[in-house]
Order: sequence, then structure tokens, then C-alpha cells
Amino acid sequence: MTALAWLIPAALFLGGLGLVAFLWALRSGQFEDLEGAAYRALEDDPPEDRAGTQSNSHPE
Amino acid sequence: MTIHTLPASSGTKALAGREEAPIILTLAVENMRCGGCIRSVERAAISVAGVRSARANLAAKRVSVAVETGRASEADVIAALSRAGFAAAPMQDTSQHTESSREFALLRRVAVAGFAAMNIMLLSVSVWSGRAGDMDQSLITLFCWLSALIALPTVVYAGQPFYASALSALKGRRLNMDVPISLAIILATGMSLYQTVVGSEQVYFDAAVSLLFFLLIGRYLDEHLRVRARGEAQNLLSLQSGIASLIGEGGSLRPIPAHVLVPGDKVLIGAGERVPADALVLSGSGDIDQSLITGETIPIAVAPGAQIYAGTLNLGSALTVEVTAADSATLLAEIGRLMAAAEQGKARYRRLADRAAQIYAPAVHGLGAATFLGWLIVGAPWQTALTYAIAVLIITCPCALALAVPAVQIAAASRLFRQGIVIKAADGLERVAEADMVVFDKTGTLTLGRPELVNDAAISDEVLESAARLAAASKHPYAQAVVAAARNRQIAVGAPEGVEEIPGRGLVRILPCGEERLGSAEWCGIAPGRGGASEVWYARHWRAPVRFCFADALRSDAAAVVQELKRRGHPIALLSGDRTAAVEQAARASGITTWQSELTPARKIDWLAECAKQGRKVLMVGDGLNDAPALAAAHASLSPASAADISQRAADFVFQGERLAPVLEVFSTAKRARNLSLQNFGVAFCYNVVAVPFAMAGYVTPLIAAIVMSTSSILVTLNATRLAGMRKS
Repeated sequence: MTALAWLIPAALFLGGLGLVAFLWALRSGQFEDLEGAAYRALEDDPPEDRAGTQSNSHPE
Repeated sequence: MTIHTLPASSGTKALAGREEAPIILTLAVENMRCGGCIRSVERAAISVAGVRSARANLAAKRVSVAVETGRASEADVIAALSRAGFAAAPMQDTSQHTESSREFALLRRVAVAGFAAMNIMLLSVSVWSGRAGDMDQSLITLFCWLSALIALPTVVYAGQPFYASALSALKGRRLNMDVPISLAIILATGMSLYQTVVGSEQVYFDAAVSLLFFLLIGRYLDEHLRVRARGEAQNLLSLQSGIASLIGEGGSLRPIPAHVLVPGDKVLIGAGERVPADALVLSGSGDIDQSLITGETIPIAVAPGAQIYAGTLNLGSALTVEVTAADSATLLAEIGRLMAAAEQGKARYRRLADRAAQIYAPAVHGLGAATFLGWLIVGAPWQTALTYAIAVLIITCPCALALAVPAVQIAAASRLFRQGIVIKAADGLERVAEADMVVFDKTGTLTLGRPELVNDAAISDEVLESAARLAAASKHPYAQAVVAAARNRQIAVGAPEGVEEIPGRGLVRILPCGEERLGSAEWCGIAPGRGGASEVWYARHWRAPVRFCFADALRSDAAAVVQELKRRGHPIALLSGDRTAAVEQAARASGITTWQSELTPARKIDWLAECAKQGRKVLMVGDGLNDAPALAAAHASLSPASAADISQRAADFVFQGERLAPVLEVFSTAKRARNLSLQNFGVAFCYNVVAVPFAMAGYVTPLIAAIVMSTSSILVTLNATRLAGMRKS
């Protein structure tokens, strides 16, 4: 039974990690354009073109 | 993720320390439909000097452009996009941002509730199986306390939308669905906390939180549809207003969005362009097509000093006009007054789920109270009586209403979006499903609003070919109809040379053997008064003149759609502001037997009011400015994307393309959605009939509550997704 003492916190921590990841994704605009994102994955732009992405999705 | 790099020049400027915060412009882009379009749109926008970055949003059909102050304007970006083949317009209203952030706030609550529901369920399953086995009592207590620890903050945070809505309903002395929901969640959590303290078995944390989770999903879907419908509506409005060519000092032309025009501005309206605002003609003359305003297909001639209205089409040569203020005596102002009256007179539609809630909420409260009082009278302690009452509240959870109805609506909406039909009113689907009569407008709705040659058979190939050669030089719709007729006969129309266009009259070309003319009867030397106005003549001085007659072409599938609607048993009527002869012809060609012509907008409303009095619920399909009050007054309304902006604003749905079939698609999707919603109500009702007596009798344990609630929610949601698999009508 002592195993529960760390199993339960571990389970909660991992679940919480998922929740935090989702909330982060939501904040950083990952869900703004669900249709376009599917196509963007197929584009093959040179790597240096990706530099400004962050500044762009956060206009503020 | 793509970002196009800056042009080299602006990069060096930034290095030189002239870094200023860019302005973010949001533009609606009309025809962005695929992955390739995202790239082309961003490329085109970034190619403008002064644009730092551009990011297209395919779902919202918009592009955000970061522009350096003073180096590039909205108009520059719009011009670049139009060169790349995309129609773009600045968003007139940016309230969309706050709306979508409200949507995301709801999604955050869904995520928190989902996390809590899963973890509490994990603990609850251990407790349930532990009670059947040999689990330690102290461990059960620990698990219950852990559940409480997760549930309490979740219920406080994630339940807020329901509490707020329930409170405002109670303040207004009304009952809505959120009252029993809030009561069930708060009571269940509070009571479970008490039971955990005293160490009882009746702990409902899992049921309370998963109830919250399911209901939040439903609430989110509902909000998502609302935000998307409103966003599409705003895109349409922004694109409608269009671009005007402002004449600056010294005669320079500058494209600006039409909605920023102010009285006194001088604007150039080219041939074939729409008039951007009410205006006075300063110079130039020609024909104006007013069909979008009045339904009248015959163009009127204008000369300097004439008043022209926004939305009309300039058929002649370029006009220089001065923008005038909206005059309260104009047709537009009259339409505005009629629309305001029509919208006021129309009772606010109550949605299916709201109407169901009106019966459901009191029933749930009654059953809960009866259970509590009943057990008290029988002599049970108050804790037991309250626990059983809470079980009743949880079992009767309105998931079918709060989750399944939005799920059906979302499935129906995405089906229609995919076919180019935009839903503008969130409750539009429900209203269309109730409609039993269809009323069409003629010009631009049943017809394409574009003339077609009708006496094709009377014209020889040779005459048509030479007339088309002449006609190819003009943008006039009649001239284009002649060219189209020639192309239909596989006649190649060569590039014309030496053709001169005289505005308001016709075309002329001098040939070695004499001159040939195409235009009005007078222009071709024929005594006026012979024949109607929808005709042109082709005259060569050495031959007898030939007459070309035109009529407004029906949409290709108009007759088939009317036929299908009749087969489904809907009465159909045609209401038009056009002349009797034209309306009669269109009615006969499309198979409509009930028709009215030469109607004013007010008479159209009267006609609809008469139908409403007879108990008919009318679906109005119209496009003209003169239809806008009728669109607002009808039970539900559709308009094509080519409609006047005020009509698109009034309509519940806007459809794209040259076919009328979307009317059928909207109809059948809406009816199907309604059937599925009703089925879901049925499923929910059966569940309650079976489960509520058990709950009232006190036989429902937390385990049974959890199982019954989740299976009924999953069942109704699965039923809702059946809409996606429906065959195309």
C-alpha cells in the first residue's frame, strides 16, 4: 500500500502535465487555425524562413 | 509554420535602429480555400514594401498583416492580393477578437473539467471496487478526500458559466436549464463533502464533475458555432463594401475601402463597377443597372446631376461622381425603416432546447423536491433524503439538451460550410426546419441577374459572328450576352479593331464598305417605340437591321429545384418588383404558379404577413435591396452571395455559386438536424422514465449514477454524429 503514496501523486502530476501542455497550446494560438495548420505541415520552406513565427503569432 | 522573410531593405532599416511597433491589419480574404492559397496570400502580402510579416488563417478566411507605420497602407496590401487573384477587404469590426477569446476561455474550462473528471473517476473506480473487495476503510477515506481536493476547485472554476447564467435567469424571475444544472453540481459537491467528513458511502464527486465536463463540451460547441457564424457574417460584410477609386488632388486615383468614403469625396466609377456609395453624377453619362435595388432589369440612363445609389451597377463608360450623405428620403432610408419595423414585429425566436427547458427545468425541480419531502415524511434523516434528491438531480441531467443539440447543430453547420453555405444566425437551422412555404424573389435569385440572348434561333451564324466581333469591345451586359451566345455556337470571336463605344447608345465600327452599328434602336436608325427596352439592334447600312432580344437567364437548376420543393409538398411563390411580363415569363419557365409582380418592399412584407396569418412559416430566398425587409420579416431567409450587402445582413444563410440547389441542401440538412435532436430528446426521455423512479426510491448508488449518466450522454452524441454520414440531397 505504501506504493500508493507516490503512485497517486505521480499519476496526478502526469495528468496535470497534460493539462498544462494543453493550456499552453491554447494560449500560444495553436488552435487559431485548425484547417490551415494541416496544410502548413506539408510545406517545405527553407529553415531560415521559420525564424519569425513566434513574433507573428503573438502580435502583442 | 511558415513565415516569409522580410524584404532586404526593411531588414537593413530595422538594423539601423528605426524599429517601430508595426500595426496589425486584419483583412478578410474571400477566395482562400486550400493549402496553396495560404502560401500565395502570405507571399503576396509580404511582397508589399513596408509589410513585415503576414499570416493567413484558413479557417477564418482572414490574413493578419504587420505593417510598418507610414510605409504601407491597407490599400497597398489589398491591391497586391488582388493582383495575386484574391479579393480582400479590411475587417470593419474587430470585436471578433474578444469573441474568440471567450470561446477559448470556455475551452480552458473544458480542459480543467476533463482533467478533474478523469482523475476523480480513477479514484472512484478504486473505491467502488475496493468496497466490493477488501480495501482498507482508511484508504477509502483518503481517496474520497483526494477526490474532494480535485473536485472543489474544479467546480468553483469550471462551473462559472452555468452559475452566471442561472443567477441572471433567477434575477429575471425565470427558470432556465442552468438553474437545475447549477443546483445539481453545487448540491452534489456540498453533500459529498459532508458525506466524506462523516465517512459515508454516498459520495458523488465523480458524477458532479463529469456532469460539468459533458455540459461544458456542449456549451463550447454552441459558442463555437455562434462565433464562427458571426465571423463569416463579418467577412461577408467587409468584402461586400468593396473598394472605391478616390480621385485625389490633381486627378490622381487612389483605391480606398468604400466604407471610409465621406460626403464630398469624388470617386471614379469604371464601366462594369458597382457604385460604392450614394452619389451625385458630376460628369459622364450612361446606363445604370438598378436590379439589385428595385428588381427592375431594364437599365436607366443617367446624366450629370442625377442621383445614383450604392449597389447599382455602372453599365456605361466611367462616371465621375460626388458622394452624398444618406438622404432620409431615399429608397435606402425607406428600406431601413421597413427593416427595423419588420425585425421589431418578429417575436424573438425561442430555440428548441430553450423550449424544452421550459418544461424540463420545473419537472426536474419538482421531482427533486418531491423526493426530498417524501423521504422526510416517511421518516428518513435529512441527510438521506437530501442524498436521494441529489441522485435524482444528477440522473435527470439535461445532457441530451445541453450536449446533443449543439453537437447536431455543429455537424449540420460544418456540412453546410463545406458546400459554400454560410450560416449567419445560430438559430437559423432550427427556423428553416420549421418552414413549410418557400418564397422566391426573381432578379438575381431565381435568375442570375444577367441577360441572355433569347431569340437565338432567328439570328444567322454570319450575323451573330459579326455582331459578336463588335460586342467584344464592350463591357455592357447585353454586349457580353451576344459574345456568350456566339461562343455557345462555337464561333471564335476575334479581337476587334477600330470599334468605338458611345455611352448610352451603342458601338460603331467604320469599314471600307460602310459602317456597322450595334446598340439601341435610335442608334441604329430605327424609329423609337418599336419593341421593348431589353433589346439591341445590329445594323449594317447595306442590310436590314437585325434585332437581338434579351431576358434575364434563369439559374441552371431553378426549374429542377422548384420541382423538387413541390414534390416535398411545399407551396412556392414568386414575389418580384420587376414588370409583369418579365415575372410571368420567369414564373412559367421555372414552374411557379403563384406569382406577384411590381411589388414595393412594403407590399412584399404585407404579402408575407398575410401568409403568417394563415399559419404558414415562410422561407424567403432573395437578394435585392428591395428584398431586405422581407428577408428580415420571414421566418427564415437565404440569400445568394451576389446579393446586396443589406440583404446578406438580413438573411440567416448566404450561399455561393450559380446554382439554386443550396436551398434544397439547407432545407434537408435542417430537417435532418431537427429529427436527430428530437430523437435525442426521445432517448433522454426514455432514460429518465426508467432511471428516475429508481433514483426517487433511493436505489441509485454513485456507481449507477455515473454509468447511467455517461452512457446516455455518449449515446446522444453518437446519434448526433450520424448527420455527417447523410447523403447529399
